[in-house]
Amino acid sequence: MNVIAAMSGGVDSAVAAALMVEAGHQVTGIHLALASTPDASRTGSRGCCTVEDANDARRVADVLEIPFYIWDFAERFRAEVVDDFVAEYAAGRTPNPCVRCNEQIKFAAVLDRALALGFDAVVTGHHARRDDGVLRRSVDEGKDQSYVLATLTERQLGLAVFPLGAMTKDEVRQEAARRGLLVADKPDSHDICFIADGDTRGFLGRHLGTVTGDIVDDETGTVVGQHDGAHGFTVGQRRGLGLGVPAADGKPRYVLSLSVADNTVRVGSGEALEVGFIRTGEPVWHTQVTTGDSFECTVQLRAHGMISPATVTPYATSTEVELHRRQRGIAAGQTAVFYGGPEADVVLGAARIESADRQLTDVSPG
Amino acid sequence: MTYLDHAATTPMLPSVGSAMAEQFAAVGNASSLHASGRAARRVVEESREAIATALGARPSELIFTSGGTESDNLAVKGIFWSRRESDNRRRLIVSPTEHHAVLDAVEWLHKHEGAQVCWLPTDSHGRISVEALRNCIDEDPDDVALVSIMWANNEVGTVNDIAGLAHVCQRYGIPLHTDAVQAVGVLPVDVAASGVDALTMTGHKLGGPYGAGVLMLRTEVSATPLAHGGGQERDVRSGTLDTPAVRGLAVGVDAAVRGRLERAPRIATLRNRLVRGIQAEIPDAVLNGSPLESIVAGGPGRLPGNAHLSFPGCEGDALLMLLDARGIECSTGSACSAGVSQPSHVLLAMDADVERARGSLRFSLGHTSTDADVDHLLEVIPAVVERARRAGLSGASR
Repeated sequence: MNVIAAMSGGVDSAVAAALMVEAGHQVTGIHLALASTPDASRTGSRGCCTVEDANDARRVADVLEIPFYIWDFAERFRAEVVDDFVAEYAAGRTPNPCVRCNEQIKFAAVLDRALALGFDAVVTGHHARRDDGVLRRSVDEGKDQSYVLATLTERQLGLAVFPLGAMTKDEVRQEAARRGLLVADKPDSHDICFIADGDTRGFLGRHLGTVTGDIVDDETGTVVGQHDGAHGFTVGQRRGLGLGVPAADGKPRYVLSLSVADNTVRVGSGEALEVGFIRTGEPVWHTQVTTGDSFECTVQLRAHGMISPATVTPYATSTEVELHRRQRGIAAGQTAVFYGGPEADVVLGAARIESADRQLTDVSPG
Repeated sequence: MTYLDHAATTPMLPSVGSAMAEQFAAVGNASSLHASGRAARRVVEESREAIATALGARPSELIFTSGGTESDNLAVKGIFWSRRESDNRRRLIVSPTEHHAVLDAVEWLHKHEGAQVCWLPTDSHGRISVEALRNCIDEDPDDVALVSIMWANNEVGTVNDIAGLAHVCQRYGIPLHTDAVQAVGVLPVDVAASGVDALTMTGHKLGGPYGAGVLMLRTEVSATPLAHGGGQERDVRSGTLDTPAVRGLAVGVDAAVRGRLERAPRIATLRNRLVRGIQAEIPDAVLNGSPLESIVAGGPGRLPGNAHLSFPGCEGDALLMLLDARGIECSTGSACSAGVSQPSHVLLAMDADVERARGSLRFSLGHTSTDADVDHLLEVIPAVVERARRAGLSGASR
């Protein structure tokens, strides 16, 4: 195959590219420039778009003796991922920008450009397996990234290659070291790449402004504090509420819901956060399902963790998910990924969470 | 491999390499007073004389530097600082098509040192007219510290009438700096006849070494140093002279200037075949810059090795990558530090739209170019452009 390898400058994509070269494929290394301003790609900021990362990727390409180019997707990234991120928070949801980036940039804009230029597929360093047309979790469950790939369509997945799914992160690092790649011990990136300092609330404040509003006790309806904008909060959040009035029971209080319309944050006990029922937006299925026919599976509600057995009922443009184990702090905007198979590691489908409730309420499916 | 990027750097002449190798074996700091030092000094001064002869300058006017960027910075900042200090002059008159070594120095002076900048208008070929310069000076002649206009543009190859522009500056008593990095050894460059006060040149664009250049600075013009130290070069530039590089530079300049009359027409003929061949295959390709056969002040109006074309509907980046995969090396014009190409400031200054700027490629020929290079490009370009057009529709900026 004639492929492009998306090389972030990290160890995973470096080894992914190396494995493809060694398997005899024709590989061209691509580093995506995603930061809108040259300042944002300065050395020292964390994430995936620094000049240092581009240089690391370039040095790996040198060692692998493959051509290397930087593709500038900053404009598309800003429009599709950053603006969407801000808009989602403004609407009171908690988006996952990595999911969005995979859907709209890596396996859409970049993939389309690659295909148009004559390449056959895009290789990435995601920790996920693609065996016989099935997307599965990585063998390294702690590093598994099938969650952020689950909303890709079958066409997108068919044009993607994930060479690392059968390796643990430790093995990836060993393989990098064995090949003399200097990124072998480079730390993992954790933060949102376009928020270099990790201060999401500060970032949102700069984009959405600060508007003082009330923090309301959900049970009593009394105002217990003030905030600088409901968009700065995430359902399930406990820290940074700055509440002046202690709870009657003395227990910690959490954000239960955000109302952007009246700029109100509602707080309550941890128990009140518990959710047993989820409604999603339009699902992507990687398996045959029949509208209205419920089935049992395992659902994951956050990029890491929040896993529960569930009964899922698919509809044309939504799904209903009944959790068999209640979960705390489920935010609209996150993705629900459905896993099945004997080891509950096969991605069956995925959808964006629209709403979460304590129990099933009578709302006709959308 | 088909190398069509001579304007970025051109292969070093074998005679340059061997002259440098000879010097690598010799010990001696050109500032030392003993025999080894005197021997090194002799090499430096003979090199200075050879370069002066080739450029039509006096040896005392030449300051050795690390290359084009340093020479440009030294001229722009050094002369500005000096003239600000002596006469409180604060205005810089600059062509917007300059290399970043001039542009960014000017913008830095504007931001940090209170310089006022008058950007000269260019015509659609990127050329500065004598009238435009005169109008700009006339706004306040007594406040002008320096005029900087390049001899020939590195991207689109347009040649300026430097003698004509220098004549205007002389009448007002304002120093003119010209970046002649692309011109020396390619065009007839005669410092004395041109009337310029400062001229930048570098080695690696003409078959000489990397990291070695000259600022020609007339002895009547003073410049404040960028870096302070031993003051080796007229107290304007400090640092131990790199004797092997200086020697290599002299050999390269001498060879390039001597061979120019034979080489330039040969390269122009190849270039014309390249441009006409591309336009025959891709009828909507646009040649940017001065027409092929244009004449300015009795000489070529366009660098003989330069072919800068826009391919509507294509991204320059995509074209470059596809050509690279087929063994053809060229440039999109200006690359920034992260390797992300910005629409060329030169084309934008020439009033080209962003699409045309993004879809452009520079092919530049030089002393090793052959008909086979042109044949290879003409053979692959139609398929490459077709593919880039398909990708252009799903491109990054749309």
